[in-house]
Amino acid sequence: MKLPVWLRPVLFILVLLGAWQLAVYLHPHQLLPGPIKTAHGITDLVHHGLIIKYTVASLFRVTWGFFLAVIVAVPLGLIIGWYRRAELAFNPILQILRPISPLAWIPIAILWFGVGDLAAVFLIFVGCFLPLLLTVINAVQSVPAVYINAGRNFGLGPVTLMRRVLYPAIAPRLMTGLRITLGLAWLVVVAAEMIAVNSGLGFLIIDARNAGNRYDLVLAGMVIIGVVGLLLDNGIRSLERAKALRWGYAEKS
Amino acid sequence: MSTKTMIETNTPASTLRHKLRIDDVNMIFTRDGKSLPVLENINLEVFDGEFICLLGPSGCGKSTLLSAIAGFLKPTSGDILIDGEIVRGPDPRRIFVFQERGVFPWLTVEGNIGFGLGKLPRAERSRRIAHYVKMVGLEGFEKSYPHELSGGMKQRVEVARALAVNPDVMFLDEPFGALDSITRMIMRGELLRIWQAERKTILFVTHDIDEAVQLADRVVVMSARPGRIQEIVPIDIAHPRDISSPRYLELRDGILSQIGLAHNL
Repeated sequence: MKLPVWLRPVLFILVLLGAWQLAVYLHPHQLLPGPIKTAHGITDLVHHGLIIKYTVASLFRVTWGFFLAVIVAVPLGLIIGWYRRAELAFNPILQILRPISPLAWIPIAILWFGVGDLAAVFLIFVGCFLPLLLTVINAVQSVPAVYINAGRNFGLGPVTLMRRVLYPAIAPRLMTGLRITLGLAWLVVVAAEMIAVNSGLGFLIIDARNAGNRYDLVLAGMVIIGVVGLLLDNGIRSLERAKALRWGYAEKS
Repeated sequence: MSTKTMIETNTPASTLRHKLRIDDVNMIFTRDGKSLPVLENINLEVFDGEFICLLGPSGCGKSTLLSAIAGFLKPTSGDILIDGEIVRGPDPRRIFVFQERGVFPWLTVEGNIGFGLGKLPRAERSRRIAHYVKMVGLEGFEKSYPHELSGGMKQRVEVARALAVNPDVMFLDEPFGALDSITRMIMRGELLRIWQAERKTILFVTHDIDEAVQLADRVVVMSARPGRIQEIVPIDIAHPRDISSPRYLELRDGILSQIGLAHNL
């Protein structure tokens, strides 16, 4: 029997859900709530109007943290990547900061901004900024010298050279970097909301556990985080298909 | 064969003036603490509108010399003068054509050809783009991206992009090296046609003796390590050149033996 391609993953998910439900049925007190209880948890959240409210709260923080990181990291990365001396100056500090998890900044975020949106936005900014900066620096340094020489040959100064040659030359790699970083932001926001704020999907999860061990709501929250994350990734992926970026992917193949 | 004659036979003497002068240029690269002489005592004068081929084996420094003339590299000693001024950097009046690798992949054919025309009014800009698209035979591909084009078409885009800013000098560094032999022959013909129409001064680097003899007014033969000018050979055959004529073969064989190659392998 041949199944249509789209049906295969759907069937596989159904099989997994069945196995999950069966396992829960066999060991009712040792495991997680089953898929049916999780689905009830989701409808519960919908009834209380919490899904939309918390998802919007999380997306709001991700948007700001990510956006701020982009507008600071991209121009800075262009400059550091372009000027060798700037790279020599910045590189050691970047390499030290890089292995520090954004979550290690939580106490400092709360110290500076208190419990609230700003602290969460700050943590997402910290989580996105360095990976993005390093991506841009790296991308600038791997731009073929012929493009830069050609740009200079047509009389471009440093600013126009960055705008008309360097920036478009790194755009495909930048796009990939943005996608990975947005995924990272979505990871960080959940952790940040568990500690630094009183709303959002991360808060939902920790609150459901703390206020009465509602593990059905914990799982419901996790499912929503997964679905929203997938939608975010799909959204930014559709930007990669923009016509002016396609060359970057065409050349690799 | 007298090759020291600087004045070409098929150019009227009254139009001769120096476009480019290279005075005692030396270039020394430093690699891993060792100094490596790349160019030694280069002296050359090029006339306005002349087509010069720099010919030599790979690694003889001909591309380095071209980059220095274009202003991308600074000579260790000596001066390069264009129109009597010392070259201090790249300049839009003198455009370098880098094989087809220099085409910007994020711009369409139109976008590439119009790249150096940012300061012109829009109407004039599109008129020039259309003119050069037509000249290099890319009508119908204006909106295509380079990755959709063949190597030969990309090369035309780069030549058109250079011509569009109306430079007085063009530098071509083995521009047809990556093309198949048929396309290469066609491109040579087109380059000559364009050169005859626009009368640019052209400096053309190649390691292909036939290419040099087919194209150049004078062939500058270079020897390797360090790069020196070994001989300057005027090609006194009018265009279009018959590549089986006795004079053509004589000149080609002269250069072959100059480089130290017999013509029966």
